[in-house]
Amino acid sequence: MSANTIALTESPARPLTLRLHEWATTVDHKRLGILYVLYGLIFLVLGGIEATIMRVQLIRPHNDFVSPEVFNRMFTMHGTTMIFFVAMPLVFGFANYLVPLMIGARDMAFPRLNAFSFWMTALGGLLLYFSFFGGDGLYGAGSAPDVGWFAYAPLTAKTFSVGHSTDFWTLSLLSSGIGSIGTAINIIATILSMRCPGMTLGKMPLLVWLNLVMAGLVILAVSPLSAAQLMLIVDRYLGGHFFDTQAGGSAVIWMHFFWIFGHPEVYVLVLPAFAFASEIIPVFSRKAIFGYPVMVLATIAIGFIGMSVWAHHMFTVGMSAGANTFFVLSTMAIAVPTGIKIFNWLATMWGGHIRFATPMLFCVAFLFQFLIAGLTGVTLAVAPLDWQLGNSYYVVAHFHYVIVGGILFCIFAAFYYWFPKVSGKLYDEALGKWHFWLFVIGFHLTFDFMHVPGILGMPRRIYTYEPDRGWDTWNLIVTIGVVFQAAGILVFAANLVWSYFRGKRAGNDPWDAWTLEWSTSSPPPEYNYAEIPSVRSRRPLWDLKHPEDPDWRYE
Amino acid sequence: MGAISVSAPPGNIEWQLPSRGRVGMYCLIAAESAIFTIFVVAYLFYIGKSLTGPKPSDVLHAPIFYTICLLSSSLTIHVAVRRLSAGRIMAFGFWWLLTIVLGGVFLFGTAREWAHLIHDEGLTISTNLFGTTYYSLVGLHAFHVTMGLLALIAVAAFCFASQLQREDAERVEILSMYWHFVDAVWVIVFTVVYLIGI
Repeated sequence: MSANTIALTESPARPLTLRLHEWATTVDHKRLGILYVLYGLIFLVLGGIEATIMRVQLIRPHNDFVSPEVFNRMFTMHGTTMIFFVAMPLVFGFANYLVPLMIGARDMAFPRLNAFSFWMTALGGLLLYFSFFGGDGLYGAGSAPDVGWFAYAPLTAKTFSVGHSTDFWTLSLLSSGIGSIGTAINIIATILSMRCPGMTLGKMPLLVWLNLVMAGLVILAVSPLSAAQLMLIVDRYLGGHFFDTQAGGSAVIWMHFFWIFGHPEVYVLVLPAFAFASEIIPVFSRKAIFGYPVMVLATIAIGFIGMSVWAHHMFTVGMSAGANTFFVLSTMAIAVPTGIKIFNWLATMWGGHIRFATPMLFCVAFLFQFLIAGLTGVTLAVAPLDWQLGNSYYVVAHFHYVIVGGILFCIFAAFYYWFPKVSGKLYDEALGKWHFWLFVIGFHLTFDFMHVPGILGMPRRIYTYEPDRGWDTWNLIVTIGVVFQAAGILVFAANLVWSYFRGKRAGNDPWDAWTLEWSTSSPPPEYNYAEIPSVRSRRPLWDLKHPEDPDWRYE
Repeated sequence: MGAISVSAPPGNIEWQLPSRGRVGMYCLIAAESAIFTIFVVAYLFYIGKSLTGPKPSDVLHAPIFYTICLLSSSLTIHVAVRRLSAGRIMAFGFWWLLTIVLGGVFLFGTAREWAHLIHDEGLTISTNLFGTTYYSLVGLHAFHVTMGLLALIAVAAFCFASQLQREDAERVEILSMYWHFVDAVWVIVFTVVYLIGI
């Protein structure tokens, strides 16, 4: 008996190939979560390099750092990479890792589907980047996709996009789309069917609620994208005419199909970011979240309204007055539940005992930046103003404010907050603060000043510009910001690696937090919980630590 | 520090959650519905927009018999599942096989219709917009019927290898939900293609 125990606990280090094999064949939600996140980080570096190439090209007028063809490939690959192979995998990775732990389950509902979904997403990324080598086809006509991340027709038609670059783009998105839908199905089934005893829907942590709505949006939004990709494949391979205006097809219907996916996708990414903020802000304010039921309702409202705003991406296309009015109003309406959330986070912090550790710093910056992103969003929701600003750098600045200033900041907060749980080690707080300040400075240099050339009329996706437009200085500042952001990312990566090997042991619960994942060891065992927990309130660990004043008396 | 176990004061919590298979299948059906919606919208949007012939009214004939076959298969699969929950394996096998045959007949009908359209009428997926949308929408549905049939055949194989028991009734029922969905989609495709589109 004791010999067995020793053999189990002190087994010698297994050979590398065996460990790699374990990772490649794993169906454990925690390992798949880590795979998703590592995969997203690798692509973050690739997408970042592409962005840097664009910014170097635009640092001064008449620059020729890269050719116009390469520039087109860079903005296409940057957008596609960052949305589908950075943001989505990161969001899914955290959902995979955290949702089962937070609801007291031992794994996702369908572990093998989970692995399948990850590898489909991984295949998608490999296909996209294989285009650099295989996209030429027999035509020698350009390698990586260069049709922009929303690939408007008729640019994607065989006539205008010879070679295979667009084929790689569409197959890559179809593959990752199947993976995303699989993961979304899994998340919903897990949340509805795997909760531990006592965890009613109203007692789930907000992170779980937000991921539930996110998964619903993925099902409703990514499926249309997959359908549109199938149509594009029919057009390109079988000679179909869906988007072929020469044969009576419509280029505008592709825009509709793409943005029916494209806009809810923003909420697919931002809801998990909200989820991180909703867990981190209470813990670092030492208060329970303010207005839990309203937060849940606001989330569901965002999910519903988010499905009906897509054509605000198409004001400049020229729609009817009725359509314009509808999409102006629905777009403005979505600011209401979002505003409710911002007020609730502020009310959570109000009067709290705030600890400005790195995760909280990122969350506070998120609050400010997301507010500004939302306000510029409201300006763009006004159709006449959008006719002036649409497709300018103002739009680019606006959505980077959402995606970087909102979503990425929350993802960084989540990295620091859950790093002790995942690795079992504490990260280095000083390096974390360096990362934060470098990134805040870089972010604001780049994206605050990017609004200005947009207002002055600089269109997005231009390869270079004339020196007499008054855009030069602004573009120079924007590019300088990239240096700070890149430095911040380097510090971040160094912190992760250094802390993983050299960090202090974290223990179960380094933040004195309240949700279930902090009750198990760090890193959690393969089975998560030796004994399935049962809960009576939204903060089961608070109840455990304060038996004299448990939450369930007040909920 | 070892893990601490969290357990609420032992009340008699009644804890019943929906079956994960059922939830998963509903989600899959929702996703598939979204895909079909886009194809149906494209079909409706492009009605009458082809620049060249043939037109739908020239070449399409509503496949009434095959439609009846497919819709009846929803009934037979329902009966089959009921028999399995009652533990009557052989009766299940009979109704299940009947379902497969009905589904197969439907696919045969689609194949005949396509052969006629391609061979006699000269309508292919690249002929005009009608051809593109018609073959895509009907083909997408036929693809789903094929996938469903493969799954049904797998269950039949388990059944005749005596590997199927009453305890599997819920799994089989979840598969039957998919089949019902495929049938329901046909009602929409039929309406759009053969009633509205002509």
